[in-house]
Amino acid sequence: MITDAAPIVTARLRQHADSHTLERYLATGGYRALRKALSMHPEDVAAEVSKASLLGRGGAGFPAGRKWSMLRPNPVRYLTVNGDESEPATFKDHLLIECDPHQILEGSLITAYAIGAAQVFIYVRGEFALGLERMQSALNEAYRYGAVGRDIFGSGFSVDVVVHPGAGAYICGDETGLLESLEGKRGFPRIKPPYYPAAMGLYGEPTVVNNVETMSNIPWIVLHGGDAFASLGEGSSTGTRLFALSGHVRRPGNYEVEMAKTTFSDLIHAPVYGQGLRAGRTLKAFIPGGASSPWFGPELVDLPLSQDEVAKHSSMLGSGSVVVMDDTTCAVRAAWRITRFFARESCGQCTPCRVGSGWLEKIMRRIEDGAGREEDLDLLLDVCDNISPELVWPPQQTTICPLGPSIPPSIYSAIRMFRDEFLVHIKDGACPYA
Amino acid sequence: MPDDETLTMVLDGRPVPARKGEKIIAAAERAGTYIPRFCYHPRMRPVGMCRMCLVEVKGPRGFSLQPACFMDAADGMEVVTTSDKVKKAQDGILEFLLVNHPLDCPVCDKGGECPLQDQTMTWGPGESRLVEEKVHFAKPIWISSLVALDRERCIQCDRCTRFATEVAGEALINFISRGDHLEVNTFPELPFDSYFSGNTVQICPVGALTATPYRFKARPWDLEQCESTCTSCAVGCRVAVQSSSDRVIRYLGVDSDPVNHGWLCDKGRFDFEANNSEDRVIHPLLRKDQELQEVTWSRALAAAAQGLRRALDRYGPSGVGVIGGARLTNEDAYAWAKLAKSVLRTDSVDAQLGDGLPAEVVLGLPRATIDQACSARALVLLAPDLHEELPILHLRLRQAVLDGGLPVVELAPAASGLSHLARVSLPYRPGEAADLVQQVLSPHRARSAGPSAPTDADAAARQARERARQLLGLDQGGRGEGVVVVLGRPSLAEPADSIAAAAAALAQALPEARFLPALRRANVHGALDMGLAPGLLPGRVTLEEGRDWFTRGWGTLPDSRGQETAGMLAAAAEGRMGALVLLGADPLADFPDRRLARRALDGVEFVVAVDAFLNGSSRRADVVLPAAMYAERPGTTTNLEGRITRLGQKVVAPGTCRPDWMIAAELAAALGADLGLESVEEIWDEIERLAPSHAGITRVLLASRSSRDGLLAPLPRVPVRIQPGVGRPGGGPAVHPGTTDTGVGATQGVPAPIDPMATPGIGSAERHGVPNVAGAPEDWSTEEEREAWEGPDREARAEEARRQEDVASRPSPLTYSGPTVAPDVPRVDGYGLRLVTGRVLYDQGTLVQACPSLAPLAPGPRLRVNRYDLDRLGRAPGDRVRVVTPGASLVLEAVVDPGIPRGSAALAFNLEGEGAADLIDATKPVTDVRLETI
Repeated sequence: MITDAAPIVTARLRQHADSHTLERYLATGGYRALRKALSMHPEDVAAEVSKASLLGRGGAGFPAGRKWSMLRPNPVRYLTVNGDESEPATFKDHLLIECDPHQILEGSLITAYAIGAAQVFIYVRGEFALGLERMQSALNEAYRYGAVGRDIFGSGFSVDVVVHPGAGAYICGDETGLLESLEGKRGFPRIKPPYYPAAMGLYGEPTVVNNVETMSNIPWIVLHGGDAFASLGEGSSTGTRLFALSGHVRRPGNYEVEMAKTTFSDLIHAPVYGQGLRAGRTLKAFIPGGASSPWFGPELVDLPLSQDEVAKHSSMLGSGSVVVMDDTTCAVRAAWRITRFFARESCGQCTPCRVGSGWLEKIMRRIEDGAGREEDLDLLLDVCDNISPELVWPPQQTTICPLGPSIPPSIYSAIRMFRDEFLVHIKDGACPYA
Repeated sequence: MPDDETLTMVLDGRPVPARKGEKIIAAAERAGTYIPRFCYHPRMRPVGMCRMCLVEVKGPRGFSLQPACFMDAADGMEVVTTSDKVKKAQDGILEFLLVNHPLDCPVCDKGGECPLQDQTMTWGPGESRLVEEKVHFAKPIWISSLVALDRERCIQCDRCTRFATEVAGEALINFISRGDHLEVNTFPELPFDSYFSGNTVQICPVGALTATPYRFKARPWDLEQCESTCTSCAVGCRVAVQSSSDRVIRYLGVDSDPVNHGWLCDKGRFDFEANNSEDRVIHPLLRKDQELQEVTWSRALAAAAQGLRRALDRYGPSGVGVIGGARLTNEDAYAWAKLAKSVLRTDSVDAQLGDGLPAEVVLGLPRATIDQACSARALVLLAPDLHEELPILHLRLRQAVLDGGLPVVELAPAASGLSHLARVSLPYRPGEAADLVQQVLSPHRARSAGPSAPTDADAAARQARERARQLLGLDQGGRGEGVVVVLGRPSLAEPADSIAAAAAALAQALPEARFLPALRRANVHGALDMGLAPGLLPGRVTLEEGRDWFTRGWGTLPDSRGQETAGMLAAAAEGRMGALVLLGADPLADFPDRRLARRALDGVEFVVAVDAFLNGSSRRADVVLPAAMYAERPGTTTNLEGRITRLGQKVVAPGTCRPDWMIAAELAAALGADLGLESVEEIWDEIERLAPSHAGITRVLLASRSSRDGLLAPLPRVPVRIQPGVGRPGGGPAVHPGTTDTGVGATQGVPAPIDPMATPGIGSAERHGVPNVAGAPEDWSTEEEREAWEGPDREARAEEARRQEDVASRPSPLTYSGPTVAPDVPRVDGYGLRLVTGRVLYDQGTLVQACPSLAPLAPGPRLRVNRYDLDRLGRAPGDRVRVVTPGASLVLEAVVDPGIPRGSAALAFNLEGEGAADLIDATKPVTDVRLETI
C-alpha cells in the first residue's frame, strides 16, 4: 500500500532546487540535529539510533546501531562514509550526494560524536563530478559555519572531515576495499576474519563504515527520536527507504517509501512511483535489490519491501535498486550483461572471482551469441557453485569478499526461471530477441 | 612466554597441538595433514589469495570455508580438511587456476617440478571443461636484465610481488589491471633491478618467472642435486646445487633458519656461470719464452718447487709470501697453512688483501650469531654497506628492524642500504671512526670539534650521540648486555687500525657486547681459523701460544711473526721477496693500492698462482696451477658467524683442475716434504684433533642430520647430542603429492626438511633419488651417518670424553683487547674531499666478469659527492671532473648523492678502468682527493 509517511531523506531535495546549499539547509532546519546531539551524551545518541533499528542502506542491511556498538575500545576511531555507489541500476546515493550533501555531513558529524571519532572520511565515487564538487563545497561551508572542525558550536567536540574521491573501481565500494583505497593502496578487500573494520579498520584502528543514505537518516532520528523512526515500517524494516527503480517502467527514478508497508507492485505500478509497465507489456521478472541479488518472477510482485520478507524468498533488498524486466527482455542477455559488469570489476585478488567471473562471462556471451551447448547450463551452475558453494541464500563463498558470490545470482536466476529461453538460444543458434 | 605454550585445535576430529599465532596450515602440517596451497610461503606474510587451502572452520554461525594459511589456529577450533565441501572447493580452485594457464608444459622450464602441474596430476580432473579462448598476454616480457615474466603462466599468487615489497624492500613489481586481466608488471621505465630478483624465480609456483642463466637449459628430471653452502660471500647461505650432464646449471636457496631463510642474492645464485666459463684455466701453465704455456702437472709442480726453493735459499723463509685463501675450503686452507708455516716455514701468509680487519680482531672478540644480531637489544653497525657486500645479512637485519623493531645505531662514512632504517645514523669521516666511538662512549672527554662556535649541526650531532648512548644502555650503567656490533671495514680507504681501535673501545666500554664480523670474501673466516694469517696457527691460537702444541703436531714452525699482505707487497716492491704464492688472489684488482701491487709483482722474482682463472695478477705469474672451483670439490666452509657447514661436490672439475689441498700436498712433495694429508676426510680429522677451536667437531657430527645448518665453532662445553633420525628421507609419512620429504615429523633442534612448495624444484630433484645431504663422497652418508642417527647417546658420550681429554692440553684461543688508540689522521683541508670506497655486488672481479649474465650489471665508475660540496667546488651534477691525489689522477663523472656527508667523496671499488685502487696510497692512513675541471 502507499502510505502517507513523509519522506525523510528526500524531503528537502524534493522541494528545493538549491537543497545542496548551506543557506537552504539552514533555512530548512539544518544542523539543528547536530546541536541537539552535541547537547546529549554520545551514548544517548547511539541509543536513539539503536532504538530506531536503522538498517544499513549500503546493501548488507546490518543495523547501524549494532555496528557502532561493536567498535573496539580504542583512543583512535574513524568514521568512513561510503559514497562509492557504482553498481548498475543503483543511483540513490548519487542523488543524495548531489542534492543534499549537508544532510550526509550532519549525519556523519553526529555519528562521529556518537562513536568518538575525531576524523571522518567521506569516500565519493570519482565519476560523480558534480557530487564531489557539491560535497566538497558543503564541507567548506560547514567548516566556515563552525559545524566541522575545532570545538563545534562551542561544545568542545572537534572533528575533521575529508572528502576523498574514488578512482574508478567498483570494488572500492566494498568496505575493506574502500579502506585499502583510502590508505593509498590497491583496492584489494581484506580478509574477514580478522580484518573486521570495527576491530582493525583504517590504519589498523577501529572504524565504522556507513553508507551515505544511512548517514542521511541520522539527523532526522536525532531530532524526532528513534521510536518515531521505528514506528514507521514493520518488523526489523523500519523507517523509509530510498529505492532506485529502473528498467521497463514508465517513470523510473528514486522513490522514498515506507519500508515493509509498500510492496514491489506499489513501487512499480503506483501513479506516484513507477506508473506501471509500457502499454501492452507484461512483467517478466524483476531484480529486487541490485545486480547481485537473485531475481523474482511476477508471482512475487506483491511482496512488501521488507528485508525479512525478501530474505524469506532467498533474495535481498540489497542496495535498494529494483530493475523491472518486461516480456521483451532476453533473460540470457540480461544475465550476461550483469555478469560482464562483475567480470570487469572483479579486483582479481582471489582466484574464484578473478577467473570465475571472466569464464562465466565468456560462456554467457557464447550462449547469447548462439554458440551454446546444452551442457553449458550445468557447467555455468557448477562454476557458480565453485564461487558460491551450494548456491544457497544467504550465499556462502570461496572468495575473500562478497563480490564473488554476487556473480552467480543473475546466472542461476536466469537458468532456473528461464531455462527454456537458454535452450532456444542453443537450438536456434541465435538470440530469439535479437 | 614459555616456548611450550600450545593450543589444541581439533583437526578432522582429532586434537592436535598448535602454537599461539600459528596458522592452521602450519599446525596441520606439523600434525601430518597436508593442506594444498600455492600463495602461502612460510617466510612471507599470508595473503589468502589463491584459495587453494580452503578448509571448513567452525565459527559462531557454524562451519564455513576459510583459508588455512590466513587464519590463526585457536584453542578448541574445529577444522575439517577432508569433507566433500572442502574437496569440491579445492577442485574448483585448481580448475580455475588452469582456466587461463597455457598448457605449454612441454616447453616450460617448470614442467616436471611445477606445483601446479603436480597438484593437477594428483587431484585435478582428467580433462578441461574450458572451450573459451584463454586470456592472452604478450610473452615473455623482460622485467630486468636477468628475469623474464610470462604473464600467461602467472597464477597471481602474489609471491614475487610480496617478496619484492616485503622481503627485499624494493616494490618494483606490482599487480596492475584487474579481473582476469590482473597481471604482474613493473612500472614503465623502471625495471626490476634488484640484487634479490632471483628469489622471485625460485618461489614462483609456476613457470611464469624464469632467469637467463637457467632458462631453456635443462629439464628437471635430468637434474641431480646436492646440498651445499654458497661461497660468494661470507654469509654462507645454504643452497642446493643442481647439475645436468655434469654441468652446474642452477642453485636454489635452501631454508636455513639461522642463516638465509631460503633467500639468495643474485650474485650467489647465478655466479655458477663462472664454473662453466670457457675462460677457466684447466691445465697447469708455465712461463716459457715470456708466454704462459700448458704443461703437465709434474713439470708445473717441479717448476713451482724450484722457484720456491730458490727464494728460500736466497731470502730465507720470510722471502716467501702467500696471499689469498678466502676462496679455499677449510681443508684447503689448512693444507696451505701447513705447507706455508711448517714446510716453507714462512709466517707471511694472509688470506685478506689489505681490505679487512686484523685477524686478531676478527677471531678474538666475543662472537655473535646472525640470529643474535637480529634479536639484539641494540645493534651497532660499523661495517661496509651490507646491501652491497653481504646481501643476505642485509635482508635479515632489514627484516629484524621492520618486524622486530631492532634498534640500529649506524656509524658510517656514507649512507648504506640500512641507513634509512637506523634509529641513529652517525656519519664519520674515514679515519675518524675511533674518535666517533669515543665521543659516543664518553661524551665529556670528547675532543673539541674545532675552534669555531658550536652550530646547529653540532647540536644535532650531539643529540644523535646522546640517543645512541641511550640505545646502548650506557647512561643506565649498562655493560652492553644484548648489544651486538656488526664490525667491518666500512671503507677500503681508511686504516684498519682505526676500526680495530673503535672495536677495542666498544669492547672495553661494553664488555658484554658481542661482535659479528662483516667480512669481505667467502671463506675468509675459515682461512683465518686455519691459520692463513700472520702470527696465527689453526684453531684461533697465536703463533706463540700454539708453538709447543703445533711443534708436536707439525714438526717445524716459523721463527717469528710474518707480514700482512701490505707488508709482503711492500717488501716485494723493494726487492726483499723471492716468491709470492697467489692463492686465488688478484692483488692488482683487489688490493687497495694498485701502484704498490704493480711494483710488488714487478719486484718479486717468482710468482706461483693457484687459481681457476687468469686475472691481471696471475697473468704475470711464472707458474699457474689450476684449482677446482665451488661445486667441484668437497669440504667445509666457515661463515662470518664461525658456522661450519659442508660443501657438496656435484660435478667433476674440468681438465686437470685439482682441489687446493691436493695442490698443497703435491707441492710439499715436490719440495721433498710430506704434509701427511691424503684426503679431505683425513684433513678434517687432523683439524679436529689439532685446532683448539674445532675440538669435538667431528666428521660424524658434521654429517649428522642435526648439523644441517652447520656447527658454530667452538662447540659449547655441554655435550652435543646428535638428534636421532627424525625427518630424514623416508622417515616420515609421505603426504605431499609427488614428494617424499615434507616438514612432517620435524622437531625442535632439527632443521625442517626442504619444503617443495616453498622452493619448487628442490623437491623434484630429491625425488629422483639424489642424496640431498651435502658431502661429496656418495658413501659419506652411509655407515657413519647411520650410526650418528641411531646411536646418539653413545656417540655423544664418546665425543665429550675425548674432547675433555684434549682440551686440557690444547692451547687456548686468542682474545682481542686493543690497541685502543687510533692512528693519527691528518685533517682534510678545505679544498679536498676524503675518499670513501667500498665494494659493490657486481664489480670487475674475475668471478663476476666470468658470468655472462652478471658481467654487464657492473656499474660504471662515478664519483658521488654531497650537493653542497659540488656547488662549493663549482661543479654541476654529471660534470666530468679530474680527481687528483698526490700520486694519481683520473677523470670521472661526478654525481650528487645526499648519502655522502660533506667533505667526503665516494667511489665504488674495482669498477671498470682506473679507479679507487689507483688513488689510494697504502702508506697513508687516508686518501684525500681534489676535484679539478677538465
